[in-house]
Amino acid sequence: MIDAIDICLTAGKFQLRKASLHVRAGEYFVLMGRTGSGKTLLLQCICGLLHPSAGRIAIAGRDVTGLDPRDRNLGYMPQDTGLFPHLGVWRNITFSLRARGVRRGEAVRLAMPLVEMLGIEPLLDRDCRDLSGGEKQKVALARALACRPNALLLDEPVSALDEPARAEVCAELRRVQQALNLSVIHVCHSLAEAAIADRVGVIDDGQVQQTGPLRQLRENPATKAVARLMAVGERRQ
Amino acid sequence: MTSPDETSRADDHAAGPAPARRQFSPLRMVRRYGLAVVTLSFLALFTGMVLAIIVANIFSRFFHFATLVELFHKPLVVAAMKLSAVTSLTTLGLVVVFCIPCGYALSRYRFLGHAVIDTIIDMPIVMPPLAIGVTLLVLFASPPGRWLGERMDAVGLDRNAAAGIVLCQFLLSAPFAIRAAKSAFEGVDRRLEDLALTLGCTRLQAFWKVALPMARGGVLAGCVMAWARAVGLYGPLMVFVGCVRGKSEVLPNTIYLEVSTGGIEVALAATMVMIAMAGAALVLIHAVAGSKRWWGI
Repeated sequence: MIDAIDICLTAGKFQLRKASLHVRAGEYFVLMGRTGSGKTLLLQCICGLLHPSAGRIAIAGRDVTGLDPRDRNLGYMPQDTGLFPHLGVWRNITFSLRARGVRRGEAVRLAMPLVEMLGIEPLLDRDCRDLSGGEKQKVALARALACRPNALLLDEPVSALDEPARAEVCAELRRVQQALNLSVIHVCHSLAEAAIADRVGVIDDGQVQQTGPLRQLRENPATKAVARLMAVGERRQ
Repeated sequence: MTSPDETSRADDHAAGPAPARRQFSPLRMVRRYGLAVVTLSFLALFTGMVLAIIVANIFSRFFHFATLVELFHKPLVVAAMKLSAVTSLTTLGLVVVFCIPCGYALSRYRFLGHAVIDTIIDMPIVMPPLAIGVTLLVLFASPPGRWLGERMDAVGLDRNAAAGIVLCQFLLSAPFAIRAAKSAFEGVDRRLEDLALTLGCTRLQAFWKVALPMARGGVLAGCVMAWARAVGLYGPLMVFVGCVRGKSEVLPNTIYLEVSTGGIEVALAATMVMIAMAGAALVLIHAVAGSKRWWGI
């Protein structure tokens, strides 16, 4: 579904060095790594906000390496939700549809099933600035999914939430992913979040070190970096 | 076992000692309220000065409401008002078209000579307005300037009338709008524009749908400030365009000409019109800058 092959990118002093990733259709993939390991850069390369100096990105078999973000049709949710403060909840949710020229009424009709699935009908007339952290995550999720993306990219989606809200939002993400049979890349640095994944990848120093089920990474870490991350994660748990 | 008295004392202890009543201390009062009192006093003093100037004009023996009404029946003064409105609004249009993109470019892109351009833009703000009039005059007397003047004449733009006024106004007011737009766009998180790209926007759509609405207050305030500067311009116009009644006379010129010829009543009435325009511009700034409750707490 999503193939990132030998991605190279230089950002200041940091480099992605032939980072490769394969995410299957309908798979919930968690990408873990320490702060500054290159998780967000790789995610931004996949969604088209950054263009790699070398390597290839394909989505559903189509090479999208040189395409703009809008032509990749991927849902992207940044760490701080990135809700537009000058727009209300409804207009945030229908933003991607309106940007693609869908009329207002049609956009509302298309977004409604998603709104009902996420249970955010009571929030629709609210100002985004008045929402709680968990509510913001749900609205941002609805916005990212409104244009029926090929896949969903989540950049530390629950890191700003407290512990109970994290578990709730993670469960919600998994439920939505299964309901829509969507491919998801979820970037985080917590083993608790990784537990919901079908497969986990560990990135360190700009390279993807190992991918596989979480249990496999715990029991047979391929590199010291993976072992260290698993050990630190378990201590935290 | 404990006696009822002991229990009562234990409860008192659990509730904690009663808070000691703090004694009045002048020093503490000064520390707590001193800064507020001083700054608010200065604020009241300055506001009072501005209001006093306006009120003194209204109640002066030179101001007559009838003169103000008469002003609108004097063809030359009405022509000056019209020219002021047309030129300042044209300048505003140019400011909107040119200065908002300039402010955006300065806030978003780093390029060779960025700092130099950023500094040059401020030049018309710090240069004396009269000096700008002189530099324009000299420029249009030079060979390239004469060539430009001929081209302007060829398309019907008279350098000694409205076109010259607009050029002068634009040069002096654009920096305010660029500066305000730059600051406003710098306040918009660039990541939100990037996010808009992932949601299906082109760069231009991201600008229209995200950056511009979020920077709206500062951008509009800058435009209104630029318009206010343009409409009140006088010195450089006298030097560069000159002042021919009915041709290149704008409202500030009217005030000067009337004062020069002893028509203080007419000058004061024209001043009142300009004060009203300035007041309207300020109300507009506050209204559009997003402070919905600008008239109170």
